[in-house]
Amino acid sequence: MANANDILKRLNEVFRDVFDDDDIVVTPKTTADDIEDWDSIEHITLIGAVEDEFGMKFKMGEVSGMNNVGDMLKIIMARGK
Amino acid sequence: MKELEYPFDSSFIMKKKKALRRLLEEQEPAPAVTKRVAVLGGSTTADIVRVLELFLRNFGIAAKFYECEYNMFRQEALFPSQELSDFKPEIVWLHTGLRNLTFKPSPDMSAEQIADGLDAEAAGYVQMWESLHEKFGCAVVQNNFELPSSRLMGNNSGADPRGLVNFVGRLNLRLADEINAHSGVYLCDVNYLSAVCGLDEWSDPQYWYMYKYALNTRFIPDLCFEAAKVIKAVCGRNKKVLALDLDNTMWGGIVGDDGVENLAIGQETAEAMAFYQWQEYVKSLKNIGVLLTVCSKNEEENAIAGLEHPEGAVNPADFTLIKANWEPKSENLVNTAKELDLLPESIVLADDNPAEREIVRACGFSAPDIGEVWDYIRVIDRSGFFETVSLSADDLKRTEMYAENAKRKQAQSKFADYNDYLLSLEMNAEIAPFKPVYVERLAQLAGKSNQFNLTTKRFTESDMTHFMESKDYVTLYGKLADKFGDNGVVSEIIGRVDGREVHIELWLMSCRVLKRGMEYAMLDELVKAAKNVGADRLIGYYLPTAKNKMVEKFYGELGFTLTETHDDGATVWALSLDEHKESKNKAINVKRED
Repeated sequence: MANANDILKRLNEVFRDVFDDDDIVVTPKTTADDIEDWDSIEHITLIGAVEDEFGMKFKMGEVSGMNNVGDMLKIIMARGK
Repeated sequence: MKELEYPFDSSFIMKKKKALRRLLEEQEPAPAVTKRVAVLGGSTTADIVRVLELFLRNFGIAAKFYECEYNMFRQEALFPSQELSDFKPEIVWLHTGLRNLTFKPSPDMSAEQIADGLDAEAAGYVQMWESLHEKFGCAVVQNNFELPSSRLMGNNSGADPRGLVNFVGRLNLRLADEINAHSGVYLCDVNYLSAVCGLDEWSDPQYWYMYKYALNTRFIPDLCFEAAKVIKAVCGRNKKVLALDLDNTMWGGIVGDDGVENLAIGQETAEAMAFYQWQEYVKSLKNIGVLLTVCSKNEEENAIAGLEHPEGAVNPADFTLIKANWEPKSENLVNTAKELDLLPESIVLADDNPAEREIVRACGFSAPDIGEVWDYIRVIDRSGFFETVSLSADDLKRTEMYAENAKRKQAQSKFADYNDYLLSLEMNAEIAPFKPVYVERLAQLAGKSNQFNLTTKRFTESDMTHFMESKDYVTLYGKLADKFGDNGVVSEIIGRVDGREVHIELWLMSCRVLKRGMEYAMLDELVKAAKNVGADRLIGYYLPTAKNKMVEKFYGELGFTLTETHDDGATVWALSLDEHKESKNKAINVKRED
């Protein structure tokens, strides 16, 4: 699996696509509070888009248990492509 | 917008729906109609509403939405909230499914219990439609039920009335009967769509457990497209005409080059069968009132001959209008719309050529990416251009009615922006004297080109090598690439040098690149090459054949002067090199090899 920086770069693109905002820069510490439109509905879209980008599926517990982008990153590093 | 037309990329739409919404507002023409749509769901509908908005907007409908609270569809339909009443919906979509069944059969029930349960379930929906109709006079779009993803009794769940598969099948048929009996209620066939998408994926229960979505969220665009097709049909925004290209769209091969007898159509080969099935499908569209027309770059007599092919399913009488000529297709479609008294946006073009599709799309017509011949039926069918929400006797007679009207009108119109289109193709040509690497292709092209071929002289590979090496000949090949890809070697010229004259023994071009201006680029290079060998005049010959009528006046169009006309129709033309000053090539960037 690629390193955390490469994954973060790809994740950033997904965030920009989903929120239609090219100014977004995510870090492992980014949470839903940092991005204005990141509500529970957009979270579902985001999860689907991340799954497509990395060719993987999150488990049900993981979807609700993520606290920040760093949590997402860890799961992708373990299972993503 | 292409991203929202079938075949679309569902993941892309889900991910980019915000951007798509913005782009629709920026780029697409203002919507023709506004509709108030209430989505009453038995499961989560948040993203469903957002994606439905995109598809409707792309169909020219600006929708305002009302979305009920989670799973409140029944209460809202029977006892509307103040908000829904104030909203005054014109269309209500009851987004319900298997998760909303109030009755399920079980093996310990009697036949009567199950029959009663089915009656009650169906009656519950009828009651909601009648209530909505009475309160709002609105149209209702009703989902039917997807099949269950597990089968308690295995295969027998489909046969035994106590099985859920059997029950859902019968409930769907009952719902269909009730829909047919209620005007203003329309089916959204989730049962069919979930099978198309794959039931296991469609019903992945995680999306229910996590978000209370009744389906896998990746299929939200598929679901919304289905509902949007029904809604736009209810709003009278269906297409009315299917215009068809001929060569490699209605049959395999090029009728003008290959001859009718060599076309792939009928039952003899796999390709022929594929085209036959497609022709059958096209013909059947007449039965739902779709008008068929031809829009093909062909001599009309060749087009008719192809349509009369004894192994084909269609015949010329199936077509309300036949436009077979060498004008741009956009222009032919504009004329088709005028003659049929229809708006351009009511025409769909089926054409195998992506470049042709691009230009007609830019002019406001629909032209889906129809893929390969085995895809044609699915793409046209699933696009829902002709979604029939009701079928009247008039629909069946429409072809005749329009044919009569069309006879009265034969208009001509020119498109001003054709050159803009050519520029948009980003064409690059390579034009140079023959090279050994192309000899085989040059001989092959000379052997099979019939239509854009001034003298139709056939030359072998060794002839080509001779011309290439001889000082007595000027040779040029032309390759043309555009943003859709490289067309390879598409044109060739062989000129015999005789003192201060160059006699054009061969000039041909593949019909793939007609009307691109390639002939002008070739002329520019020919003039230079002739000057280089000390000539001051070009002599051109047109030798008529059964197939090359399209270039009868070619030299005249290039600025040559007619010098001889023979009894057999052959003509001779001349051009002084110093008369050729301004290039007519405006769109092709030419790379030379000096």
